[in-house]
Amino acid sequence: MTTTPVRERGAVGVGRLPGAWGLGLRRGALEIRQFFRQRDQVVFTFAFPVVFLFLFASIFRDDVEGAGITASQLYVPAMMAAGIMSTSFQALGISIAIEREDKVLRRLRGTPMPPAAYFLGKIWLVLFTGLLETAVLLLVGTTCYGVGLPSDAGRWFDLAWVFVLGITACALLGIAISSVPNSANSASSVVVLPFLVLQFISGVYIAIGTIPDWMLNIGALFPLKWMCQGLRGVFLPESAQVLEQAGSWESGRVALVLGAWCVGGLALCLLTFRWKDRRTG
Amino acid sequence: MTAQGYELAVDVRGLRKRYGDLTAVDGIDLGIRRGEVFGLLGPNGAGKSTTVEILQGNRDRDAGEVSVLGSDPATGTRAWRSRVGIVWQDESAPAELTVRETVRHFARYYPRPRDPEEVIGLVGLEAKADSRIKALSGGQRRRLDVALGVIGGPDLLLLDEPTTGFDPAARRQFWSLIRALADEGTTIVLTTHYLEEAEALVHRLAVVAEGRIVAEGEPGALRERYGTEATVAWTEPDGSPRATRTGTPTRAVADLMGRFGGEIPGLTVTRPTLEDVYLRLTGQSQEDAR
Repeated sequence: MTTTPVRERGAVGVGRLPGAWGLGLRRGALEIRQFFRQRDQVVFTFAFPVVFLFLFASIFRDDVEGAGITASQLYVPAMMAAGIMSTSFQALGISIAIEREDKVLRRLRGTPMPPAAYFLGKIWLVLFTGLLETAVLLLVGTTCYGVGLPSDAGRWFDLAWVFVLGITACALLGIAISSVPNSANSASSVVVLPFLVLQFISGVYIAIGTIPDWMLNIGALFPLKWMCQGLRGVFLPESAQVLEQAGSWESGRVALVLGAWCVGGLALCLLTFRWKDRRTG
Repeated sequence: MTAQGYELAVDVRGLRKRYGDLTAVDGIDLGIRRGEVFGLLGPNGAGKSTTVEILQGNRDRDAGEVSVLGSDPATGTRAWRSRVGIVWQDESAPAELTVRETVRHFARYYPRPRDPEEVIGLVGLEAKADSRIKALSGGQRRRLDVALGVIGGPDLLLLDEPTTGFDPAARRQFWSLIRALADEGTTIVLTTHYLEEAEALVHRLAVVAEGRIVAEGEPGALRERYGTEATVAWTEPDGSPRATRTGTPTRAVADLMGRFGGEIPGLTVTRPTLEDVYLRLTGQSQEDAR
């Protein structure tokens, strides 16, 4: 019987612990591959905001008085913001709870993989799916509901930063909320309820002007309201600013709130993330 | 390989762990040498899994000193984790990835991984290398789990009831895999409630019951130490069966011979099997239950 030591037999690699950034990229590629192999998940993730855009923008089509836009046009940036949040917050909140219950997280924790690589992989996944989702909604919005592409480089830049900051903040919040449900079964209820409420009080389904101020103020504590507002700034004409609570797009404040949520969300993840489910401790 | 600053691969002293009112581990000491295959044997709920989880660094302890490969697992660094392979008693979820993709990906986590193709061969999954994990049978998934446990080329492999749910053929196959790893010099600690498995694989074993080690040693030595008492059984003239446990069975037979004046009806003299020893030690013996 051969007794060659493991070390010298079939060992490959450089002998150094691989870095979190590189592993995060590899995990991202793996996550994206896994995501697209689940056909039903792909179809429903992308279809959901599109169906809602179709419903709302087709039902409410009248001109908005004094703003120079139609209600349909308002729904395009709103559904885009909701789409970004659903591909990040909702998708991660539910899927990580399932991975925790299925022991996928425990398996990873038993390896020398740095935890940051796991989170980075998730961020890459949602950047990718969120970008696709946004592109699909943009296509529907521009072809069916009279919304133009961003009119200049400045507005494209605004779209880019609202997207990146918004999706990162929502992804981190999704990772954080995944630790709340006790089981994978309850995860979708735990994640969907706050998401639905936020959509109502952040001006996704209902125009800002019809929501009571106190509700808007609660909504303003969370990223979704600011993502909607930032995206309205990208896609609507200047005349529509009269509809805003503050009478302007407030792009500086949008950046500030979303940036703060990125930092706060990261801290929340680091403080509360659980690798094991509660039942097994 | 020898000058790594620690004598024992696993050194545990006075380990304790409680869950609420339940004491799972109640003062366990273990010294497992490098290159050894060590078995933790005991019934369900004896504290084996808790002990192994503490060795893995996946559970905190209430008291005791624990050193695994020279480090405290509670503060295990990435470098430490790269030297410890883990196989759990329940496999992790089926994924949309193939066996080859998964093993190759996990190899990326380690500084000196083994060759993924070689590891896939080692666990006998060559034919399934391009199958999605969700299409594998339960036994095949367990073997994939073993592959992920050894892909990093661990110095120490911790296996928690690795063959639960295996059919006999798969179990034998798994045993030869463990022997192959042991021949390569990997220290292996496994828990099992199959005595047969412990006898087939381990150099030494500890029998655990109610959070304590009730016996420890080589399987053969345990049998001798705890199995010296033989059972002498016979039938009384009125037809009722009798039995006595004794350390001097020859004398007992001689006495009976005197009483019966010749042949003793229904005479048997039996030595306990390791299983009898085990059942008695863990308080599961029918005899003791009476």
